[in-house]
Amino acid sequence: MTRQLTYAAALREGLDLCLQHDSRVYVMGLGVPDAKGLFGSTLDLARVHGSTRVRDMPTAENAMTGVALGSALVGMRPVLTHQRVDFALLAVEQMVNQVAKWHYMFGGQQPVPLVIRMVIGRGWGQGPQHAQSLQAWFAHVPGLKVVMPATPYDAKGLLIASVEDDNPVISLEHRWLYGVSGPVPEGVYRTPIQQARIARSGNDVTVVATSYMVLEALRAADELALRGVSCEVIDLRTVAPLDEATLLESCRKTGRLVVADTGATSFGVGAEIVARSTERCFSDLRAAPARVGLPDCPAPSAPSLAAEYYPRSHAIVQACHRVLGLPAPAPEAASSHPLDVPDPDFTGPF
Amino acid sequence: MKRDRELLYDLLVVRSVEQEIARRYSEQQMRCPTHLCIGQEATAVGVCAALRPEDVVFSGHRSHGHYLAKGGDLTAMLAELYGRGSGCSAGKGGSMHLVDLSVGFLGAVPIVGSTIPMAVGAALGFLLQKLPRVSVVFFGDAAVEEGVTWESIDFALLERLPVVFVCENNLYSVQTPLSARQPAGRTIAQVAAGHGVETESVDGNDVFAVQRAARAAVDRARAGGGPTFLELATYRHLEHVGPNEDVSLGYRSAEEVEAWRARCPVEHATRVLLERGELDASELDELRRRILRDVRHALELARDAPEAQGSLLSDVFASTVSPIDGDQR
Ligand SMILES: Cc1ncc(C[n+]2csc(CCOP(=O)(O)OP(=O)(O)O)c2C)c(N)n1
Ligand SMILES: [Mg+2]
Repeated sequence: MTRQLTYAAALREGLDLCLQHDSRVYVMGLGVPDAKGLFGSTLDLARVHGSTRVRDMPTAENAMTGVALGSALVGMRPVLTHQRVDFALLAVEQMVNQVAKWHYMFGGQQPVPLVIRMVIGRGWGQGPQHAQSLQAWFAHVPGLKVVMPATPYDAKGLLIASVEDDNPVISLEHRWLYGVSGPVPEGVYRTPIQQARIARSGNDVTVVATSYMVLEALRAADELALRGVSCEVIDLRTVAPLDEATLLESCRKTGRLVVADTGATSFGVGAEIVARSTERCFSDLRAAPARVGLPDCPAPSAPSLAAEYYPRSHAIVQACHRVLGLPAPAPEAASSHPLDVPDPDFTGPF
Repeated sequence: MKRDRELLYDLLVVRSVEQEIARRYSEQQMRCPTHLCIGQEATAVGVCAALRPEDVVFSGHRSHGHYLAKGGDLTAMLAELYGRGSGCSAGKGGSMHLVDLSVGFLGAVPIVGSTIPMAVGAALGFLLQKLPRVSVVFFGDAAVEEGVTWESIDFALLERLPVVFVCENNLYSVQTPLSARQPAGRTIAQVAAGHGVETESVDGNDVFAVQRAARAAVDRARAGGGPTFLELATYRHLEHVGPNEDVSLGYRSAEEVEAWRARCPVEHATRVLLERGELDASELDELRRRILRDVRHALELARDAPEAQGSLLSDVFASTVSPIDGDQR
């Protein structure tokens, strides 16, 4: 059997390889060398590679993003980390005005090889400012690539591909994935950017999912299979630029589309994917597509409210029923475990 | 270091370029916001004279002088203002986005304060690569009101980075005077010094003094002594953006403008060299004529170059990858 690693360990191994093989790579972020090592993804790397290459940093997100950019302009390949995407909002000026546009606005002379890893998530009362899922914002800005690995394999493969890419790459990592395990080959390999993965093939309905919602979509597919519905689950992996080919091919095959995203439904990734597929293959669609995502309110802290806020596999099952023209499914069965911590059934291997 | 005569030459070039741009701007062929540095030439020329070719410079919206003083290509800059494909940024940037990598002018952008952390980052890159290079950033008095400036200075201090912060204090942010923006009773230099960064205040219209101060800062940075903050007192003669005088707007008095015009950096350097006998009036005339001829020639080349075309969607992304294990992919 292939070696199993957690998502966090896979990320750590990817960083370790990048640091080993390319002296221009350095990793920087608040708490990167500390005992928790960014949810385990940077554990011990400072000891191995030294604290100049695996660096802590001041709580000055905006300037440090500019610092990373400036260092990239003179030949470095920084990996910048933020413990929450919410904190990185202080650096939107640098990310959106500068990092994203640098290559274009100076006529393509200066590439910006910069990876910005940011944690998204949910649960344990994280609330309004520790749990946002802002991939649509970043994807909206030309010049940024946006990846959202869902499996340990892709966490490592996309990280290496992102470090090697001569463009800025925003990587959004869902907190609930760090403990999930799955097969991870040793050594250097890449998951191509802008290439979605068919996580499960099927014929009746396409479910395009991002990040943690891939796990929810796979569970929904299991449940639908019991009712004879064959669900194709696409793990988007890269949000921008979009892998339109894989998306459209699947839509043409099944004629039915559901998108399950970790972010807000309105103006979100699901909106873009639904728009794209209806524009490009309207006549192949046999029903109006459906979106599963967050409602139009900030993330609440109380577990009872959060339970209502975050969609789970049942919401995907419901959406599939809708696009398939099936009667609404029975209400969600009461969960045997709390909903504000990662689902123990989702620890893999995947 | 440049000799005094070279400094004067550079001042005359920058002044001449800016005057010629001002003269042509109303033809409406340079169709981008353009911030001229007439009156402030000595900060650019004095600081860049203290640099080596491999040192790097970043700047902001008022960057023509910095670009030219670092050795940036004149025709490519003018072509950029004209929106030509041969512009230094291929027509994607305009006057506010100048770059010339061949001379270490790594970029100028018009978000106030935004290039300050980048200059610090370049200095960090030099340190990590053990390159004996210095990074310089030019910014105005408004940038000291931005948080990113102090975040950047703190990090440069923390890591003792080889960077020089050059604040061109021309007293205004667009039309808003310092008194409406910063607490009374303290200078920008005092604020910087309070942060613990080595600071010097210099007459920014005295190119010789600017070069001296910059040289000390650059030497210190290169020797591992960390960053320096230079506050250079200077004054913009024309309106904030565009080619016109602006006393009629009423935000500054005619007397104030006149007083600063009397302290013109180009006239100051000229006077010094004439008085010292290092230059005579006919040489000066000849120099000015030659420079004007060259500038007009560059302007014509730029104006007659083809418009940027067919490149709208190109260069959003670089098409290259750099494999960590060196295999070509
Ligand atoms: C972050 C930001 N805020 C506001 C502006 C609008 N703006 C453009 S130039 C300028 C004045 C800047 O003044 P200063 O830094 O002193 O430079 P000067 O124009 O005097 O050379 C302002 C406020 C901007 N470009 N960026
Ligand atoms: Mg000013």
